[in-house]
Amino acid sequence: MDEFKVKGKVWLITDNNGDLINDIDTDQIFHNAFLHITEISEMGEHTFGNLEGWKDFPEKCNPGDIVFAGSNFGSGSSRQQAVDCFEALGIKAIVADSYGAIYKRNAINSGFPILTFNQINNLVKEAGMKNRDEIEIDFLAGELKNISSGKIFKIDLFSKVQKDIMEKGSLLTI
Amino acid sequence: MSGKTVIEKIFTNHSEEDISPGKIVWIDLDVVTARDFGGPNVVKNFNNNYEGQSVFDPSKVFFTFDLTVPPKTIQYANNQMICRNFAKEKGIKVFDIDKGIGTHTLIENGLVQSGSIVVGTDSHMNILGAVNSFGQGMGDVDITFGFRYGRTWFEVPATVKVNIKGDPSYDYSAKDLVIKVLSILKTDKLLGKSVEFYGELIKKLNLPERITFLSMITEMGGIVGFIPFNENTSNEIKEMAGLDKVAPEIKADEDASYFEIIDLDISDIESMVSAPPYPHNGVKISDLDKVYVDFGFVGSCTNGRIEDLLKVWAILKGKKIKEGVQLAIVPATVEVYKQAFEKGILKDLLDAGAIISNPGCGGCAQGHIGMTGKGEVMVSTGNRNFPGKQGDGFNYLTSPEVVAYSVLNGFISDREL
Ligand code: SF4
Repeated sequence: MDEFKVKGKVWLITDNNGDLINDIDTDQIFHNAFLHITEISEMGEHTFGNLEGWKDFPEKCNPGDIVFAGSNFGSGSSRQQAVDCFEALGIKAIVADSYGAIYKRNAINSGFPILTFNQINNLVKEAGMKNRDEIEIDFLAGELKNISSGKIFKIDLFSKVQKDIMEKGSLLTI
Repeated sequence: MSGKTVIEKIFTNHSEEDISPGKIVWIDLDVVTARDFGGPNVVKNFNNNYEGQSVFDPSKVFFTFDLTVPPKTIQYANNQMICRNFAKEKGIKVFDIDKGIGTHTLIENGLVQSGSIVVGTDSHMNILGAVNSFGQGMGDVDITFGFRYGRTWFEVPATVKVNIKGDPSYDYSAKDLVIKVLSILKTDKLLGKSVEFYGELIKKLNLPERITFLSMITEMGGIVGFIPFNENTSNEIKEMAGLDKVAPEIKADEDASYFEIIDLDISDIESMVSAPPYPHNGVKISDLDKVYVDFGFVGSCTNGRIEDLLKVWAILKGKKIKEGVQLAIVPATVEVYKQAFEKGILKDLLDAGAIISNPGCGGCAQGHIGMTGKGEVMVSTGNRNFPGKQGDGFNYLTSPEVVAYSVLNGFISDREL
């Protein structure tokens, strides 16, 4: 089923040492100064607006891109905007080592694909994944393929609830 | 079959399914709330998806405005108006801009009991663990579904048991204790877990101290935390909730099974601060170089009770804070404000140089009671010091006592110097 696959170019959200950043919280993803915004289309431009080194992300990313980050991604507040802003930019999926619990729910409920890849830094450090590599992820098979390098990796599968909700679009339409 | 942990029991009481960690189950909700942030998005989602339909039970759905109260911009005013209009249409009660922090207001109004499940657009909803109930922050899609159906799906969290031990000689506060524990466990040990804390050092905490401690489970990455009641806890809850009777405590079974058991020795605890940029960057004040402060903040869901204000008052009474330093005090709720008024501490605090604001979230909502400029230092009793959270400067989290001494001396300190 094609809706459970994505193909796109990678953004590795890294620090100056080239490590994927851990603990990126919702204030760094979507700052509390903009929480009055309720229109999804207006959210994109604020994505990573408070994350050092990545404030220009909305200008440089392209629809169809896939975001990679470290552990505890989206910790902090319950704001849905921190998920919706990626949707607004046309980001196709997020892959991280782990997520803040509320963030994970928010993404699943709005039918936005987030995936967990344990020890994600190895992808960068050992498997040599680079920014703008083209990859393909199969959510149901649990497979991540780096098309640019030809390498294939195992990734955590979607849970049943995640699949059911994504099939219907969102929690509100099930 | 082995016994159940606290969270497993609460889930069992709210679900028709068998409860075991890791399983995704549907649970019934006792109370569903939305705040002025998230609330307007909920209304929008509701109207887009459930036009003309009612909420599942108007007596169990609430708006709690606490972030920008009163609204500081037209956008916020419009958002609150959208919620009020929706509430009128659906027969929902609004705890409006005069009431204070939503979670505290829910407890004070007797809407949360031992064993309740409460969800809202607030990531510190798990504070309700202090009254032995399961509070969970959620985004607006989740809450919209809760408004309509009064239920939600949840992956039953595994439970970690944390035994707090040691023989500390220092007279520490609940905030010191939570910063200490957070600095040891960091954000990964408890990620996605329910946590039960045991040991005399934790069991002896009174209700406001439990609120302080358990509010920072969020910063530990945990789902919710519980502490067994001591002989006073039930009475303290009754008093805060204005109830004659509260539901009995939900306790874990003796033979409950835990994901992990962690023993923590806190014998070497002293006055602590969380140095920026992370709440888990716990440092003893005695290990800190001299840090000059520009701004002090006392309040938030973590330290905004009358007991916290009294500690500050006891230190600042009859004194003046350092010239050039500002201190903002924000009571958590209007009830706390009234208590402060009745106890007559407000004048002393004003004389000392404090700004006293109306109740609410104050410090968190982007400048509602002031922010730091670039490089300025704030000492705050809040629970988050992420970059940009409360201005462009550096934010140290600490106890009300340390904030008071620091604004008195002009640098971070835990005694008058
Ligand atoms: S005081 Fe701050 S952390 Fe606490 S509920 Fe309000 S906004 Fe959240």
